[in-house]
Amino acid sequence: MQIMEQTAPAADGAARQRIKIDPVTRLEGHGKIEIFLTEDGGVRDAFFQIPELRGFEKFCEGRPVEELARITPRICGVCPEAHHMASSKALDAVYHVQPPPAGRKLRELLYNAFTAGDHTTHFYALGGPDFVVGPDAPAAERNILGVIAKVGLEIGGKVIKMRAAGQEVVKIIGGKAIHPVCGLPGGVSKAITEDERQRIEEIGRYMVEFAQFSLKVFDQIVLGNSAYVDLIQSDAYTHRTYYMGLVNAKNQVDFYDGVVRVVTPEGREFAKFAPADYLEHIAEHVEPWSYLKFPFLKKVGWKGLIDGPESGVYRAAPLARLNAADGMATPLAQAEYERMFDTLGGKPVHATLATHWARLVELLQAAERTLELSRDPDITSPDVRTIPTATPDEGVGVVEAPRGILFHHYRTDERGLVKKVNLIVGTTNNNAAICMSIKKAAQALIRPGAPITDGLLNKVEMAFRAYDPCFGCATHTLPGQMPLEVSIYDAQGRLVHTLSRA
Amino acid sequence: MSRLKLALYWASSCGGCEIAVLDLAEKILDVTQVADIVFWPVALDFKYADVQAMPDKHIDVCLFNGAIRTSENEHLAHLLRNKSKVLVAFGSCAHMGGIPSLANAFDREAIFARVYHETPSTDNPAGTRPQTSWTSPSGDLELPAFHDTVKTLDQTVPVDYFVPGCPPAVPQIWNVIQAIASGNLPPAGSIVGAGNKTVCDECKRVKEEKKVKAFYRPLQVKPDPQRCLLEQGLICLGPATRSGCGALCLDANMPCRGCYGPAEGVVDQGAKMLSALASIVDTTEPEEAERILKEVADPLGTFYRFGLASSLLHRTRMPAAAAAKEA
Repeated sequence: MQIMEQTAPAADGAARQRIKIDPVTRLEGHGKIEIFLTEDGGVRDAFFQIPELRGFEKFCEGRPVEELARITPRICGVCPEAHHMASSKALDAVYHVQPPPAGRKLRELLYNAFTAGDHTTHFYALGGPDFVVGPDAPAAERNILGVIAKVGLEIGGKVIKMRAAGQEVVKIIGGKAIHPVCGLPGGVSKAITEDERQRIEEIGRYMVEFAQFSLKVFDQIVLGNSAYVDLIQSDAYTHRTYYMGLVNAKNQVDFYDGVVRVVTPEGREFAKFAPADYLEHIAEHVEPWSYLKFPFLKKVGWKGLIDGPESGVYRAAPLARLNAADGMATPLAQAEYERMFDTLGGKPVHATLATHWARLVELLQAAERTLELSRDPDITSPDVRTIPTATPDEGVGVVEAPRGILFHHYRTDERGLVKKVNLIVGTTNNNAAICMSIKKAAQALIRPGAPITDGLLNKVEMAFRAYDPCFGCATHTLPGQMPLEVSIYDAQGRLVHTLSRA
Repeated sequence: MSRLKLALYWASSCGGCEIAVLDLAEKILDVTQVADIVFWPVALDFKYADVQAMPDKHIDVCLFNGAIRTSENEHLAHLLRNKSKVLVAFGSCAHMGGIPSLANAFDREAIFARVYHETPSTDNPAGTRPQTSWTSPSGDLELPAFHDTVKTLDQTVPVDYFVPGCPPAVPQIWNVIQAIASGNLPPAGSIVGAGNKTVCDECKRVKEEKKVKAFYRPLQVKPDPQRCLLEQGLICLGPATRSGCGALCLDANMPCRGCYGPAEGVVDQGAKMLSALASIVDTTEPEEAERILKEVADPLGTFYRFGLASSLLHRTRMPAAAAAKEA
């Protein structure tokens, strides 16, 4: 990668400038970053803007509620499984029906296999290259091909195979690998055969093996390099916030089910609530400069884009889930969980970049759970659905999407036609934190008189890349970087420099 | 022959079309054997400015997914039309408006009111709304305009080919890429990457006589996995929908919702499906027929699930003031 600096008029001595990063990628489509500089060239403010809205919360009205499991996955084609499952669970609640054991377990199996595939591809193609290849490596190498060069040729094939494996399980259970269709109130639309079960078990074994291999790669390449460990723990990438995640009855991480737990920046339990009570705990703030809202903890309050115990800003996604839980639900992942927190100085870990490590610990749990469920004696039972008999009214469904907890809340009339829908979507939880992280990283990197380099661009990218597979999840199997463009304006708003990748 | 210059773009969409392309897996590498991908914002590092700087018709083929919802989507549609020799509407949203065009039953005001005011988690005492232009204490910030009505790609710019599906089936994407690479494309205006029959023709279920005395919703019954769902009273858009998907939803024991769009020769998918339903209602009594058809809970969302923008309806009537403004 090269940075091209366009010649530009002098900034007539004015120091207040502005940096524009447009577009960054994938978050229901598009995103851009604006950074405003102070008189002396420090960072005054930063805005992460989402320039898109589609209005699902309105146009779902009037639909038969069970169809929302087939409509809402179109919020995100990268993690449609998360919407499909949150929706299916909301439908159970709306109709006051419980799936039979096999119905519930098939959903959970689909969901864990999906999570394993998604976490893998994010780590290797998006977040991982920064560490495996190195944050200061030439950008042309900072991609999956660079990972292959460093780790060995076979890794590319393994990643492709792992991704295909996740998609295959989703297709077997859900009908379609993208936008699955199996979820209905009270269970799923079809059972699996013994042949299919055996295939999933084979995939599950591969996933566990792959997850362990991935943690070894992380160990050797990242943890074996003290410069990377320092980078992970540096102040530029640290925020002390609340953390939110779904936990099971033992307070262990659970992707599919459980109750919502929130811990304070000190790591103490702040709240623990049933998904149906989410409105008592979460509210969403609106800003005029983004189409995306800003969730916060209602009992702490919105204090702006700041961290600390006085601010209602909380974080979600892998690191937050591990912080919010007391442990993992599977044995191998639990050992990795303990090792991670021991290495990073105990709970909670506030270092945003540790999210990559947490993601691999979760990958192992998702893989182990996939294997466990594939061997569950109930899993091939033909009894996969209970037909609802109660009058539908209102319900909330929650799962952990790869990039944060996901709430679907539906209210219907007595025929089950949708009256109202409310959604709090994965990355939205982290909207405020992403803005803050960008600002902080920019503050640490952009200094008066210092040149703006490729390293700056990449390190600003790293501040938000940690949060969200979806930002570039579509880059999973291709070499590539986040599209990024930086425009610098003087105090009068005139363009002084444009930096872009060529 | 010089290497093919390929571009991919997403407008108002979910990203599923991009993932479907990535699901080509190893075949992606075959694509890069014959083509240079010159613009793909999600995967590769080219900018809007790079496209702007290209000579007109520089791109050989642009696969454009997503509906036209915002001013930014619209701008990119025009830009990519000018820069591309062949523009392909890729996937249900670009082809027909897709699920996002269900919003054409509402307008911007209704959507904003719901999202930024009424939703129970929203805490917005000041009544703040996103603004296309807003002056922060630090400087000006801009957002694209959100239109009242979702449009398809070909309601915005001329389109050469259409690839249906939500998302397009992976084997079909491969067929389309091979056709592009070999230059073996049908006449402009054609549907590519799909069949010319109906989903029923691809569906393996046993079909007998279609006579229905009652319609059911998928949650109400456990259908026989071997028999035609429509014959069991489940509304399935198979008869009105183009083949090509492989009838995947039917294999999962769920009815078709029509993502491949109107079947060959069908102008309006919803009207075709309504007429198909009317013909299988098993009664000679008009009142009885009306009662049975009234069991269809949500005609708009059922018959126009993926194609409201492209249908003859296009959208519901707008409040007069908003309609005047949009015109």
